[in-house]
Amino acid sequence: MKKPRKLLRELGLFLLTIPVYLFIFLPLLWLFSASLSNQVELFTVPPHWIPQHPTLQNYLDIIFPGMAASSVPRTFAVALLNSIKIASAVTLICILLGSLAAYALMRIPFKVNSMIFIGILGTRMIPEVSLIIPLFIVASRLDLINKPIVLIITYMSFALPYAIWMMASFFQSVPIELEEAARLDGCSRLGILFRIVIPISIPGIISTTMFVFLVAWDEFFYALIFTSTLAAKTAPVAIAEFIGRYAVNVNGMMAGGILAMLPPVILALIFQRYIVSGMTAGAVKG
Amino acid sequence: MEKSIGIPKRRRTLRDQDVRIAWFLIAPSLLIILGVTLWPIIYTFILSFFVAPTGINQARTFVGFGNYLSMLRDQAFWDTVKRTLYFTTVSVTLELIIGLAIAQLIHSRPWSWKFLRFALIIPWAVPTIVNGAMWRWIYSADFGALNGILFQLGLIKHYIPWLTKPDTAMNLVIVADLWHTVPFVALILQAALAGLPEELNEAAAVDGANALQRFWFIRLPLLRPAILVALIVRTVEAFRVFDIVYIITGGGPANSTITISYLTYLFSFSYGKQGTGAALSFIISIFTITMAIFYIRFLYRPEETQ
Amino acid sequence: MRTFYKITAMILTLMMIVGMAGCAPAAPAGPVTIHILTMDQAGLKPAEIDQIARDFEAKNPDIKVVMEYVGYDYVHDKIVTGMAAKPPAYDAAMIDVIWPDEFIKAGYLLDVTSKVTPEMKSGIFPAAWYGVARNGKIYGMPWLMDVKYFMYNKDILQQAGFTAPPKTWEEMVEQAKVIKQKGLAEYPITWSWNQKEGVVCDFTTLLFGNGGAFLDANGKPAFNNEKGVQVLTWMKQTVDDGLTNPSAVSSDEMAVEADFLAGKSAFASNWLFQYADSNDATKSQVVGKIEFAPMPVFKAGADAGLASSSVDGSSSFAVMATTPYADQTWKFLTYLASNEVQMKYSANMLPIWQADYEGDSLNTLLGASPTNPVTVPAFKAQFPYANERPTVPYYNEASAALQLAIQEALTGVKTPQQALDEAAAKWVTLGAK
Repeated sequence: MKKPRKLLRELGLFLLTIPVYLFIFLPLLWLFSASLSNQVELFTVPPHWIPQHPTLQNYLDIIFPGMAASSVPRTFAVALLNSIKIASAVTLICILLGSLAAYALMRIPFKVNSMIFIGILGTRMIPEVSLIIPLFIVASRLDLINKPIVLIITYMSFALPYAIWMMASFFQSVPIELEEAARLDGCSRLGILFRIVIPISIPGIISTTMFVFLVAWDEFFYALIFTSTLAAKTAPVAIAEFIGRYAVNVNGMMAGGILAMLPPVILALIFQRYIVSGMTAGAVKG
Repeated sequence: MEKSIGIPKRRRTLRDQDVRIAWFLIAPSLLIILGVTLWPIIYTFILSFFVAPTGINQARTFVGFGNYLSMLRDQAFWDTVKRTLYFTTVSVTLELIIGLAIAQLIHSRPWSWKFLRFALIIPWAVPTIVNGAMWRWIYSADFGALNGILFQLGLIKHYIPWLTKPDTAMNLVIVADLWHTVPFVALILQAALAGLPEELNEAAAVDGANALQRFWFIRLPLLRPAILVALIVRTVEAFRVFDIVYIITGGGPANSTITISYLTYLFSFSYGKQGTGAALSFIISIFTITMAIFYIRFLYRPEETQ
Repeated sequence: MRTFYKITAMILTLMMIVGMAGCAPAAPAGPVTIHILTMDQAGLKPAEIDQIARDFEAKNPDIKVVMEYVGYDYVHDKIVTGMAAKPPAYDAAMIDVIWPDEFIKAGYLLDVTSKVTPEMKSGIFPAAWYGVARNGKIYGMPWLMDVKYFMYNKDILQQAGFTAPPKTWEEMVEQAKVIKQKGLAEYPITWSWNQKEGVVCDFTTLLFGNGGAFLDANGKPAFNNEKGVQVLTWMKQTVDDGLTNPSAVSSDEMAVEADFLAGKSAFASNWLFQYADSNDATKSQVVGKIEFAPMPVFKAGADAGLASSSVDGSSSFAVMATTPYADQTWKFLTYLASNEVQMKYSANMLPIWQADYEGDSLNTLLGASPTNPVTVPAFKAQFPYANERPTVPYYNEASAALQLAIQEALTGVKTPQQALDEAAAKWVTLGAK
């Protein structure tokens, strides 16, 4: 009598997902609700879970520049675009270079292997706060301040060590028999990488991709210091501008937050189709 | 194989070629990482041995280990370290447990698992600055959603000014940070789980092991590399946490949420003492490197997964 | 190996594409470009300041002005990093009234005393010069004068049976007790005492209002004497008595406004922005009910003849020392802060020129915006009593120590005397260096 047991299992699992959904969505719903209200509604007790006077004004101010009373919402759209450009560039290069490096470190017999690993990870141990002034001096001398490229390169140096490390661990899980079989079939090293190791590690690579994208997307302090105008300003910096000297435009900030969250989420949606986790099951049997 | 003249030669050439390829593959990454960080790290290291007030043409006095010693002798410093260790330990432990649970949950394919995995991205995608502002408002004493819900559910009689109590403030920051970082751990672990060969699991089931035993003895060990990754990344990042503290509490109440990175920032930027800030950063690196080595010692077994 | 070369080619092409996408087009050569860093949402709106910049450029075609706007919290950091570069990232920057000592010591500011004309010196409020002047030297132009105001909800007061706002803090406490008793407000008083500069501003107001001071005649800390301890004890007492909102310990000025404009408190001390917001229906539930009153003092202060006490929170524009374009920068700053420009935008920011508050100019000023008839007299009345925070180059660190002390006292971790003594000891150490 498998069916009732299966049903029970299904039900049990589903019940377990409920707290997770609550954990994820309760704050989000509040965030969304705040973005649809104005300040006076925000300051009401008891809280209006659903705004009584919902308004799209916060979003309109951001998306349609010119209507806003303050200039901050106007500039947000441009900042968002900058963030997308920078994060995409960083992610693309990091995954490409990172996978090559990860493979080299993991699979190719290499005496200095661990030294390089530790060296790379070691650069992540120093708080970024302390490196910013010397980096600023260098960037300024190279006339790179307020240009997206400076953030792209900096973020790459932040994300690469982790990207390499993460992908290396996923590559590690690929059974070596597969690679040896391919080798015997006459496949070159790089061929193995691209035809065997990467396809099998796709779920891990996707996770690494999301991670790198979000590292670049989320970063604030360097973006703040290295950019000054819309030529290179990113979304987090633009959002910070909602924090005035004494007053915070909470509603505007929440609307900005919802908008700033969309590109990574859309990215994740696209990747959903490419995570085929059942791939390994078949491969090893061969 | 006999060490005849032909075969070792071919093996040597193959390995040489392999090693050369390896260098080519790593070179671009190394170039970027070291190119950007090497000089700043050296600069900061040298600076840590000087008293270096920020400013133009400011005199820099060599003090050897003076900055380090004055930090290590400062009670406020050790309080901050304790606090940061508390934050790191509690955060990372909870992230791992909750993350693993969620990862396993997704792996068990409940109804809507695809949506669940997708939904997890969302808290991760919210920029830290928004996350901080949002939680700050949720915890707000007079208008916050937390007080609102607890009050409406009848769990509290009176609104509580959460962020004014030194003891609870740090825990609240942890919760806010968890919301943002658990998805990362969950998704990394879920991806790893997805890549695990199922036959061992099935074989064990046939042999009579129950779900918990299978999980503990089969899945978990195989997850070691992924757990190690998550652990190291999260520990290092948690120890260096800065943004969320700055936005939610600004270090208060009564310094109870000042973390070591924030202290470094204060010295380097606010107080104009770059030398001390530099020394602090290296003290922090010693902590994080020690933690990383500790993890690697205990968890890194490259041969095991084969 | 062929695949290898293919990959290398791919990567190089990618990097070239990224490089081209990443670099912004080079700035055109020609006129001198000056970079000014300023705070967002302080005084005039960025759109207005941009307009002023454009007007200036029209009058001076050989100078191009690039304004950068950041939140207040980040200005200091951007100045510190910006000045590390040669040439500096900024030719001028807006500075808070508490920074000149630190910046002068760091060598960031340019001495422009010789460029200041006598009419500027006498035309602008002497108190306004404080933001850019030390030891007889001037380093820039004043811009925005701001002071903390005392506002009250006259509706609540009337319902409680009071016809006039309190003149002393003790009187306010009495009124607050009645208000609380009658159930008109659970916490009648609200403050911004979180661990940021704001709490020091309030402490300044209260300390001087009690006849106290930060430093004595020898420059040694005096805030931990009996007057200072009285103030801190009073602060804690109002929280313990349920008169001050307990959330004050984690509140900033925004939270104070939120509270006050939701009608949940009767008394709130805040900067000028709160008044305009109080009459904005999208932000306030107490439109038309908010009034100004002179900031009260303690009875001890009143007995000594003190009429009011507040704190100076002005901002000014300073010229950076290493700028290659000192003359052009000064030209822009004097234009920005000039009488005509300030009068033009007086709807959103009160001018720094004394003449504007007299005669015909006064009438123009009062008519510039619906709130000016109220805010201008309030400003005139309150600003003369604006007190300054200590002029020491280590102010940030000193302030942090004081913030911690006040927080520790308010949360009961230490007694007020203990906390202030420790902060005073820290100040002595800092001053010794």
